[in-house]
Amino acid sequence: MDFKFENIDEDFRSEIKDFVEKELPWNWREQDLDPEDEKDSVLVREFKRKLGDQGWLTMAWPKEYGGQAASHMRQVVFNEEMAYRGISAGDAGIRMVGPILMLYGTDEQKEQFLPKIASAEINWSQGYSEPDSGSDLASLQTRAVEDGDDFVVSGSKIWNSAHADSDWMFMLVRTEPDAPKHRGISFVLTELEGQEGVTIEKIPMMWDAYRGLVTFDNVRVPKKNLVGEQNRGWYVGAALLDFERSGVDRPARAKRVLEDLVEFCKENKKNGRLLADDPVIRNELAELAVQVETTRLMCYNVAWMQSQDLIPNKEASITKVYGTETVNRLYGLGVKIMGLYGQLDPDSKWAPLKGRIENAWLRSFGGMVAAGTSEIQRNVIAQRGLELPRG
Amino acid sequence: MDLGLNEAQQMLKTTAQDFLSAECPDTYVREMEEDDRGYTPELWTKIAEQGWLGLIIPEQYGGVELEFQDLVVLLEEMGRYMLPGPFFSTVVLGGMSIMDAGSEEQKQEYLPRIAEGQIIMTLALTEPSARWDAAGVELTATSDGDSYTLKGTKLFVQNAHVSDYMVVAARTGNSDEDISLFVVPTQSDGIEQTLLKTIASDRQSEVVFNDVKVPASALLGEENKGWETIQKVMQWGAIGKCAEMSGGGQQVLDMTVDYAKQRTQFGRPIGSFQAIQHHCANMATDVEGSKFITYQAAWRLSEGLPADREVAMAKAWVSDAYRRVCALGHQSHGAIGFTKEHNMQLYSRRAKASEIMFGDTDFHLENVANIIGL
Repeated sequence: MDFKFENIDEDFRSEIKDFVEKELPWNWREQDLDPEDEKDSVLVREFKRKLGDQGWLTMAWPKEYGGQAASHMRQVVFNEEMAYRGISAGDAGIRMVGPILMLYGTDEQKEQFLPKIASAEINWSQGYSEPDSGSDLASLQTRAVEDGDDFVVSGSKIWNSAHADSDWMFMLVRTEPDAPKHRGISFVLTELEGQEGVTIEKIPMMWDAYRGLVTFDNVRVPKKNLVGEQNRGWYVGAALLDFERSGVDRPARAKRVLEDLVEFCKENKKNGRLLADDPVIRNELAELAVQVETTRLMCYNVAWMQSQDLIPNKEASITKVYGTETVNRLYGLGVKIMGLYGQLDPDSKWAPLKGRIENAWLRSFGGMVAAGTSEIQRNVIAQRGLELPRG
Repeated sequence: MDLGLNEAQQMLKTTAQDFLSAECPDTYVREMEEDDRGYTPELWTKIAEQGWLGLIIPEQYGGVELEFQDLVVLLEEMGRYMLPGPFFSTVVLGGMSIMDAGSEEQKQEYLPRIAEGQIIMTLALTEPSARWDAAGVELTATSDGDSYTLKGTKLFVQNAHVSDYMVVAARTGNSDEDISLFVVPTQSDGIEQTLLKTIASDRQSEVVFNDVKVPASALLGEENKGWETIQKVMQWGAIGKCAEMSGGGQQVLDMTVDYAKQRTQFGRPIGSFQAIQHHCANMATDVEGSKFITYQAAWRLSEGLPADREVAMAKAWVSDAYRRVCALGHQSHGAIGFTKEHNMQLYSRRAKASEIMFGDTDFHLENVANIIGL
């Protein structure tokens, strides 16, 4: 047992902190940005380029593709420091499209995309979910029909960031409707900008942001943008590079929220008594602090297992389900602690902490649904982790 | 960072599993619940032969000189197999008190005998007020120069009925933390014991001290400095309990998953129902969390790093998590799990007892609240 980071990783932590203090174009102490939101994404993108210049965005990439082949624990340090400051440095291009191209892409595709992905020049939107295909993703119906050198794509993709300054979409499309559902899917890259037949709608979310709904009406995608074999897209999409995938951003972010709430409780009163002196609030906040700490350790374990070439299976699902549910409880408690003020939107002059807690609570429901709902994660823990029989 | 067990720890774990599954099956646990002593000297001797009683005692006193985190690995398995008897009170409560506060003479007197299994020890700390703080210690020790006279009542003293010596926390001054520790032979004149019947069928006693006289040499550490040791023993005790709970939780999870695979209703194993699968997934999450939050605190204690935050967080988390695990274990087992015949009840009764030992969740959450700045 040894719960310390290497000194060299702790030095790296200091380096990141200094860099952010100097270079971040917004005040992270006051402002939360949503990278999938239209207005925020421009600022996020600007800062991501700076991170790209440092080589940090692609630190997990192999050296032959310009990465640093950084250790999992070093990636944890980076992800913690970014998340603590509310900076979304996760980038679908770097985490998903890049690795997939390295494994399955043609030389031409690698040349065309990898350098631009590494420097965060392309903003990618994910085209997986559809209005009728959520947890049962493999039932997706967006059709791609071969026609000469192109695929002709029709259908719709939802819950993406296409509306927010996106240039390209990586998407799963059905190329063989008669095959078993997992075996008729292909992985293609589609340019969104200026594309005929593409309609992007903004879906207002219950928090202060939008998600994209993209409709494809006979959109022509050149066959050279097919990645991997045709009809093998389900397996192409599942390719993973050696990114740490502990979800450590959640407890890191939550740590900051806890600190904000502790400060709030020390400065504000309810019924004439300081909130920090209220035994119920002390108990509830302390309980969340313990849950956040436990989440953090379980996340460390996932990354540590990866560093030992062990495959985190139920462990990764556990951190996802427990982490997202803990964050949701934490924000919910935060809103409650603020009493009547907790309900105020971010733009109200009366809103404590600029309404960040209220807005983040609304947004935190998304965490329990995106990328495998809590229910799907629990199925994975039970069936793959504990080997319980499938229903 | 290394979140796994090292080779020696892995070996200790395997040895413990082999030994305890052979020597401490559930039939033994059940017999000991009814037994007058609550353990058998035969098994005690075998445990001593394993070197476990001296696991963390320095070599110069006849021990193996491993670390607290190694003891935690062993305690995890003892919790899994529900080892009855005075191991915890002798090693963690009595032995570690002497290791922390004892003079060279006292260490030489007691530690080798603990390591060899010759003496059984315990800690007499709590009183009828059932408080875990220094102010809860009202039993007095009055000095006449050569000796001290102890007067008062201790309650919830573990295994006092079979202990040779008790480390007794006594008030020797007026401010809250004016507490001193004494090593008192249990057979001393003036000591009266009454066994309590408890939820976990462990052995706890009321111990009344009617002007019990001990020589000045019985003082453990300095006068009025005993609370410093008690605070450490409370931390070791809390994390030791967390380890037992973590091991017990793992066993309850395993039992429940096995049962869910073989129990058939509606023509299929109940483990194929999502409701049961999600219960098991939630149990696995609690067990996973228990392990790491316990290990983190154990590691810090072993390294001598400040651990107030980590210990409080661990005891707060694991106490609740083990209770949740047992509740879901019961729910998944249905009626059979409530029967005396089934092992589920052995675990859930112990879970409740461990939850309240060395501070319950609320006690430790209040510590956490202070530490995070509230």
